[in-house]
Amino acid sequence: MLTEFFSNPWPWYIAGPLIGLTVPLLLLIGNKTFGISSSLRHICAACLPGNVSFFKYDWKKEIWNLFFVCGILLGGFLTLLVFPSQQTIAIHPQLAEDLAGYGITDYSSLVPTQLFSWESLFSARSLIMMVGGGFLVGFGTRYAGGCTSGHAISGISNLQWPSVVATICFMAGGFFMTHVILPIILAL
Amino acid sequence: MNPINTQQETQQEYDLRATDTLCLNESRLIHPWWYNLKYALAGIFFGILFVKAEIVSWFRIQEMFRLQSFHMYGVIGSAIAVGMLSIFLIKRFNIKTIHGEKVEFHPKQFNKGQIIGGLIFGLGWALTGACPGPLFAQIGTGATAVIITLLSAIAGTWVYGYFRDRLPH
Repeated sequence: MLTEFFSNPWPWYIAGPLIGLTVPLLLLIGNKTFGISSSLRHICAACLPGNVSFFKYDWKKEIWNLFFVCGILLGGFLTLLVFPSQQTIAIHPQLAEDLAGYGITDYSSLVPTQLFSWESLFSARSLIMMVGGGFLVGFGTRYAGGCTSGHAISGISNLQWPSVVATICFMAGGFFMTHVILPIILAL
Repeated sequence: MNPINTQQETQQEYDLRATDTLCLNESRLIHPWWYNLKYALAGIFFGILFVKAEIVSWFRIQEMFRLQSFHMYGVIGSAIAVGMLSIFLIKRFNIKTIHGEKVEFHPKQFNKGQIIGGLIFGLGWALTGACPGPLFAQIGTGATAVIITLLSAIAGTWVYGYFRDRLPH
């Protein structure tokens, strides 16, 4: 029973509330606001501040955030090690059909290996999706002042209306990419 | 250096660090470095959740933007509900941190970045199928090629920092 729970994907009504608990957890263990994208800025400040004033601050004061993201990476590794999923990823039949049209048929991994892997890195569409997509994530989250965790979860939880605006824009950008631009990129 | 200057510098450093972040809560307590391991533990808990709930899956994000699954809406919606209730309770009962400090909240100022940056991040989110958190978790699950995506995200943040003063806010 328990092993079955750990080897199956968790439903939203278990995972969502537990993710929500991260907000009070971080506040109560050290007065920290749940947010992840800031870690990218701290990495810049620590490794390559250059002559950019935006990165000239004492990043060591925010080192908790780097410990947190290292933990996330380790958590991903532990999940794989301790309770790997047995089955392939179940996906919506319509999505499967659409993706098959672009030659994406491998559902063995959470990250589609036909798009995101070292072998596919030098195909045009993977290069755009990995390098271009990553760049947009890093640029956009900092410009917006937060990502899904900082704005959508922490910000809205604290009733901040700018965070509601940001979250609506995240979704709008995502819908536009998925329905307008992505079909062109996938067809490359 | 006289103390007033130092205080000013500390404030300047704090203001700069607080730019374009949600808010910073600084502990006045000085702790040894290994106290930070509690955040690593919180991260591990969170990373496991991310993977087991398949939030790190590119397919789940696609289903969300194609309105083919309620999963992601359920996750984000219920996370907000629990977060909101927790913050309400912390404020209502003035719950202190485990070190006895008052929990601080700062209002977020609106600027155009939340719209323009938000749209840009949205485009990237649908491409990579990952916000910054899942990028780290994906690498942990063995999708090592995502390191390229993460490096590119760091580069994106750096370029934003470089051009920040010339962008509309």
